[in-house]
Amino acid sequence: MLLQVRNILRIRKVFLFAALCMVLAGAAIVCSSQTPVRSSPAVQGAQSAPISAAPSPQSGVPGSVPAPFGTQTQHNGLNVVVLDPAHGGTDPGARGTGGIRESEIVLDLATQVRRALELQGFQVVQTRQGNENPSFDDRSATANAQRGAVFVTLHISSTGMPGTVRVYVNSDLPPVTNANGLIPWERAQAPFLGLSRKLGDLIQGQLNQRFKGSPDAAQAASVRQLRTTAAPAIAVEISSIIVEDRAELDRMGPGIADAIARGAAAFKPSYIVPSAPGALP
Amino acid sequence: MSSRWKFWVIGGLVFVLVAAAIFVPILRRRVKRSARLQQQSEEQARRELTQPIAINPGDPRVKTKLFWAADAETSTLAPVVVELPLSNDPVLRSKQVLNVLLAGPVDAELRTLPPDAVLLAFYLLPDGTGIADFSEALATSIPSGIASEQLAVDSITRTLEASVPKVQRLKILIHGQEVETLAGHLDLTGAFVVNTKPGQPPAMPAANSPSTAPAALTPEKAPGKTGAARAETEISSSIKR
Repeated sequence: MLLQVRNILRIRKVFLFAALCMVLAGAAIVCSSQTPVRSSPAVQGAQSAPISAAPSPQSGVPGSVPAPFGTQTQHNGLNVVVLDPAHGGTDPGARGTGGIRESEIVLDLATQVRRALELQGFQVVQTRQGNENPSFDDRSATANAQRGAVFVTLHISSTGMPGTVRVYVNSDLPPVTNANGLIPWERAQAPFLGLSRKLGDLIQGQLNQRFKGSPDAAQAASVRQLRTTAAPAIAVEISSIIVEDRAELDRMGPGIADAIARGAAAFKPSYIVPSAPGALP
Repeated sequence: MSSRWKFWVIGGLVFVLVAAAIFVPILRRRVKRSARLQQQSEEQARRELTQPIAINPGDPRVKTKLFWAADAETSTLAPVVVELPLSNDPVLRSKQVLNVLLAGPVDAELRTLPPDAVLLAFYLLPDGTGIADFSEALATSIPSGIASEQLAVDSITRTLEASVPKVQRLKILIHGQEVETLAGHLDLTGAFVVNTKPGQPPAMPAANSPSTAPAALTPEKAPGKTGAARAETEISSSIKR
């Protein structure tokens, strides 16, 4: 009997202890459940806050690029072509129904264009050699590091009449106003727009002769890649990724390579390094 | 011994009772709150989606031009003259025309914007900069390429130019965010020039020939015909959210 009483007393102690634990656990849950619920309206409020409208300049890129209008060295003109096979790495670019990828085709095309340009006596620099994806700024930096270079970015479109090629130059940019000899990175293309158009027209003219249905002059478009490039720069876009077979695009390779090389060669005499910002030929 | 078992059973029941007394009200409160939150956000989303589509039949019917593709092959735009009841408020008017543009032309081949793209919001700043916030589908469903992306932006800017002279520049956001490019090519970091001559009396439209120049690059172009006198509403009052 005595044993039983002691037993009961012990059990009661255990029970009280367990009840206390339960109460504490309950209190903890109440607290934790309150926190997220209370924070939700705050998050909502933040989301519906007015958005900033002003287009903020990008951060994390060099503020400016040295202008090619040097005082010390006058260049004889164009001798380097920077070729940019677009996309690559995790970004396959446009994809066709047959599984063909823009990033792979333009890389192969770049090799052909490179050969044709080297035959014309140009030195060629590529923004990527393999299946990697440099940023827009990295690609521009490759071009901006060269002196007396032009920049050609290669693309395949998703639309348009198959078998045609279009050349794009950057849309008008606000003119560069600071006279300290530095071009703002964000608008590096601005002083070169006239030259870019000339180069674009020459290459588009060559393409027009080889690929019927292509335009006869370069078109303007707000191409991100061109904006930060401080050199005469064009984008060449081939139509299109919707072809049944990759071979159709590969067959265009030699013609495109030849057109770009001849266009660049024709552009060479008109590429005189300007003496001051804004004073373009 | 049986009394000990009885004690255990009663003890267990008391445990359950205490636990239930603590948890059930908390659970009920949490369920109620989360239900209310969900209801709120759904309501918000619905309001955002349906609000701009509201075309008020009481508005004056106006002949305006919408720009869709001229044909499926070449990357040019052609104006299509339509008569729509359009609001005099530039923000509402922009939403109305852009929604019609997104809905697409009769011939689906000629659409310039993906069918699943939605205009989430439109704002107009006092300096004439319009801000169009589109759903992610605009960036993800559009055919990737310079030609197709430029065509999409041109169709938006030229349609706004023809219908809403107050919008002088256009900034495009994707799901409320500023993005670098539309789908890997077209630069969305800046604002596109829509119209540099605000508030002018609407000019007579030129012949309905398909024009090829991108709107963003032709600031000297006269605004398109809108047909209705525009009330001088206070723009800043229409910037909401």
